[in-house]
Amino acid sequence: MDLNLSAEETKFRDELAAWLKANVPSDWETHRLHDTMHDRFDFLRKWQKRVFEGGWAGVAWPKEYGGRGAGLMEQVIFTEEMAKASAPPLANVLGLALIGPTIVAYGTGAQKKRYLANILSGDEIWCQGFSEPNAGSDLAGLRTEARLEGDHYIVNGQKVWNSYGWAADWCALVTRSDPASQKHKGLSYLLVDMKSPGIEVRPLRQLTGESEFTEIFFRDVKVPAENVLGTAGDGWNVALGTLAHERATLGVSAQIAIRRQIDRLIELSHEVEANGTVAAQDPLTRQKLAQSYIENEVLRLNQMRAVSKIIQTGAPGPEGSILKLAWSESNQRFQIVAQEMLGAYAQLTGGDFAIDAGAFSYAYLRTRGNTIEAGTSEIQRNIIGQHVLGLPKSY
Amino acid sequence: MHFGLSETQQTIKKSAKEFFSAECPMPEVRRLMETEHAMDDALWKKFAEQGWTGIIFPESYDGFGLGIFEMAIALEEMGRALVPGPFISTVLLAGTVLERAGSQEQKQKYLGAICRGEAKSTVALLERSGSWNLDSVMVRAKHQDDGSYTISGDKLFVTDAGIADFLLVAVRIEDAVALLLVPSDAPGLTKTLMPGVDLTRRLYQVSFNKVNVPAANLLARGPKAREALEAALDVACVGLTAEMVGGMQRLLDITVEYAKTRKQFGKPIGTFQAVQHQCADMLFLLEGARSSAYYAAWMLSENDPGAKAAVSVAKAYASEGYRDAGNKSIQVQGGMGFTWENDAHLFYRRAKASELAFGDATFHRERLAQIIIDK
Ligand SMILES: Cc1cc2nc3c(=O)[nH]c(=O)nc-3n(C[C@H](O)[C@H](O)[C@H](O)COP(=O)(O)OP(=O)(O)OC[C@H]3O[C@@H](n4cnc5c(N)ncnc54)[C@H](O)[C@@H]3O)c2cc1C
Repeated sequence: MDLNLSAEETKFRDELAAWLKANVPSDWETHRLHDTMHDRFDFLRKWQKRVFEGGWAGVAWPKEYGGRGAGLMEQVIFTEEMAKASAPPLANVLGLALIGPTIVAYGTGAQKKRYLANILSGDEIWCQGFSEPNAGSDLAGLRTEARLEGDHYIVNGQKVWNSYGWAADWCALVTRSDPASQKHKGLSYLLVDMKSPGIEVRPLRQLTGESEFTEIFFRDVKVPAENVLGTAGDGWNVALGTLAHERATLGVSAQIAIRRQIDRLIELSHEVEANGTVAAQDPLTRQKLAQSYIENEVLRLNQMRAVSKIIQTGAPGPEGSILKLAWSESNQRFQIVAQEMLGAYAQLTGGDFAIDAGAFSYAYLRTRGNTIEAGTSEIQRNIIGQHVLGLPKSY
Repeated sequence: MHFGLSETQQTIKKSAKEFFSAECPMPEVRRLMETEHAMDDALWKKFAEQGWTGIIFPESYDGFGLGIFEMAIALEEMGRALVPGPFISTVLLAGTVLERAGSQEQKQKYLGAICRGEAKSTVALLERSGSWNLDSVMVRAKHQDDGSYTISGDKLFVTDAGIADFLLVAVRIEDAVALLLVPSDAPGLTKTLMPGVDLTRRLYQVSFNKVNVPAANLLARGPKAREALEAALDVACVGLTAEMVGGMQRLLDITVEYAKTRKQFGKPIGTFQAVQHQCADMLFLLEGARSSAYYAAWMLSENDPGAKAAVSVAKAYASEGYRDAGNKSIQVQGGMGFTWENDAHLFYRRAKASELAFGDATFHRERLAQIIIDK
C-alpha cells in the first residue's frame, strides 16, 4: 500500500496541471449549461483536438499509435487533474473508453495504425452497435447478420439505443456471421464506416426529451473483411472485452462528475432553506449530504483499488460489475438527495427561477438510465453472483 | 502509487490469518464467550508472544513497531476469526492514549506492561448521554490540597473494564477534559456488568465513589488530553473498522458456501437470483468497506490532514454495511440461520456492538458534515 505518487507520477501530474491551467477554455460552464446537445458536442470535439495536440489524449495508449505510452495510474491522474481544473470532458467517449482499448487488445498492427490516433484526436467519433430490439441483456441472442461474400461482409439488421449514433463516423458492430450458429458462437465484431451506403441512423427520443441515442438500420451494407476485429467467429470474446472496459472505466468519470455535483449542492446548502432553517444547518440535510459524499468516496476508493489490480493482472475482470453498480446506484441516490434539498425549485427545467439552468432536474431524469445502460443492475448482480462468487448459473 | 497490499503486508496478513484461525476456531470462540471476560490468560499470553499486544508501539516499550496499516490488516483477520476479548480496548484504545498522553515514566511502566501482555486496560469515556463527543464528559475529578484527585460519578459502556488491571478515565478537572489512570482495585471503584448483545465483548458500568488517585496518575489535562483521546479513538476506530471488514468477509464466505450446498426445488438455492443478489450485495458492501478501511488506515499512518474524514467515511460505511451483511446472511440461511448453533448470529451480534462503538454511522456522518459542509 503506497498512495503517494512516485517521482515520475508527480512529474506527469505537474506537467499536466500546468498545461491544463494554460489551456482549459474559460467558457465551458456556459456551454455546459446552455448549449444544445449538438453544439455542446462540437465544442467538446474541438477541445479534444486541443488535448490531443498537446499530447495528453490516450495517456495509457501505445506511443506509436498516438498515445502517451504511460501507465494506467497516469490515466487515473489524468482524469483527476481534468476534474480539478474543471476541464470539459473529451467528446469521443465510447471510442476512448471502450472501443479504443478493445482495438489495442485485439487489433492487427494495420488496424491500430488506422483507427487509434483518429479516436484520440476526435477526428473519428465512434458508437457502439451491440443492443438490438430483441437482444438487450441477453446480448448473445443478437441477429444482425454479416454474410461473407469474397473479400467483404454484407450486413443486414437493426441495432438500437446507440449513444452518439448521430455523431458517429464509425461503429463497433457485433454481428452473427454464421447464420446457423446460436448464442455465443458464430459472432463477428466488425468495424463499420458509418458513411457506408445502406446505413440509416434514426434519432430515438429518450425520456429526458433529447435524443442521445439512436436506432441504426443496416441494409446490404458492404464491410471489408479486413474490418473484423479479432478472429471472425470469435466476436463474443472481443465484445466481452469491450463490456469489461465499459463496466470498469466509465465509472471513473462518473465518480468525478457526481463529486462535482455534490460540491455544488453543498455550496447551495448555504443558500436554500430546509425544515425552517438554512439547509446547511438542518441535521437531516447534513446527514444526507454526508452520506452522498461517503458513497462517492467509497466509489473512488474501490476504483483506485481496481486500477491497482488491473495493473497487476493486465485486464479488468468481472469485479468491474461492483464499480458499475456503485456509480449508477449511488448517482441515483444522490440525485434524490439533491431533489429533496432543493425542494420546489428542484423540478424546474428552465426559466428565471431554475437553479443552475435546471441542471439538477435534468440530472434527476438522466440518471434514471444509469442502472440500465452498460448492463442493468440485475445483470451486474447476476455477474457478481455467478462469475465472482461462483454461485450456480441461473440461465 | 499502489492501492493494495505489498508483499510484506501480504505475509503479515497471511500469518495473522493462520495464527488466529488456529488459536481461535469457532468452538474456542464459543467456549471463551461463556467465560466471565470472554478471554483467558493462556490465549492472551500467546497473543503477547506473537507481538500482537504491542503491535503499533515502539520497541523501546517492548512493542512490535508495525504501522497503522499493518495493524489494520491484522485486525481484519481477527475480525474474520471473531477473536473475543479486550484486544481493541487494551491495545488500540488504552495503548494509544498512554502513548500520546503519558510521560516517559508512565509509558515505560504502563504501556510497556500492555505490550508485554502483562496488563490489560481500557478507556472509560461514555456517560449517561452515550455520546462519543468529548464535550459530553461530565464526571468530575477534584484536585485535593495534597495534589491528589478524587473522582465521583458513573462511566457507562466501558468495554472490557472487568478484565482491566487499570482504567484510563476521562474526567473534568475544573473545565478541562483530563485523563487519570485508575487501578481497578482502587477503593470506591465498582464495576457492574451491562449485559449486551455481543457475547464476545463485555460492557460495564464503572462507578467512582470518591475514588482517590495520586497526582502521579494524571496523564494529561486540557488540549493534550483531548488530542490523546481523539487520536486513540481514531486508531481504535480504524482497527475496529478493519475488524468489521474481516467479519463481513467471514459472513459472505459462510453464506455463499451455504447457498451452493443447500437445495430446494431440486436445485442449490444459490441458483435463484433473489439469493444471488443478496450475496452480490454482501460482496458489494464488503469491498466498499474494505477499500475505505484500508484508505483510512493509510491516511492515519501518514498523518494526513484528511485522515479524520477518511476515518468517518470508513466507520459510517462499515457500521451500516456489517449490519446489512448480517441481515442478508441470516436471511439466505433461512431457519438454519436463525439457530443458536449457526455462527451467523455471533457475527450479527458483533456487528451491532461494532456499529455503536466509537460512534455509529449517524455520529460519523455528522462529524464528516463538519468537515465538508462547515469548512
Ligand atoms: C441511456 C442508454 C444508453 C445506451 N447506449 C447504448 C449503446 O451505446 N450501445 C448499445 O449497444 N446499447 C446501449 N444501450 C442499451 C443497454 O445496454 C440495454 O438497454 C441494456 O443492456 C438492457 O437491455 P434491454 O433494454 O433490452 O432490456 P431487457 O434486457 O429486456 O431487460 C428488461 C428488464 O429485465 C431484466 N432482466 C433481463 N434479463 C434478466 C436476467 N437474466 N436476470 C434478471 N433480470 C433480467 C433487466 O434487468 C431489466 O430490468 C443504452 C441504454 C440506455 C438506457
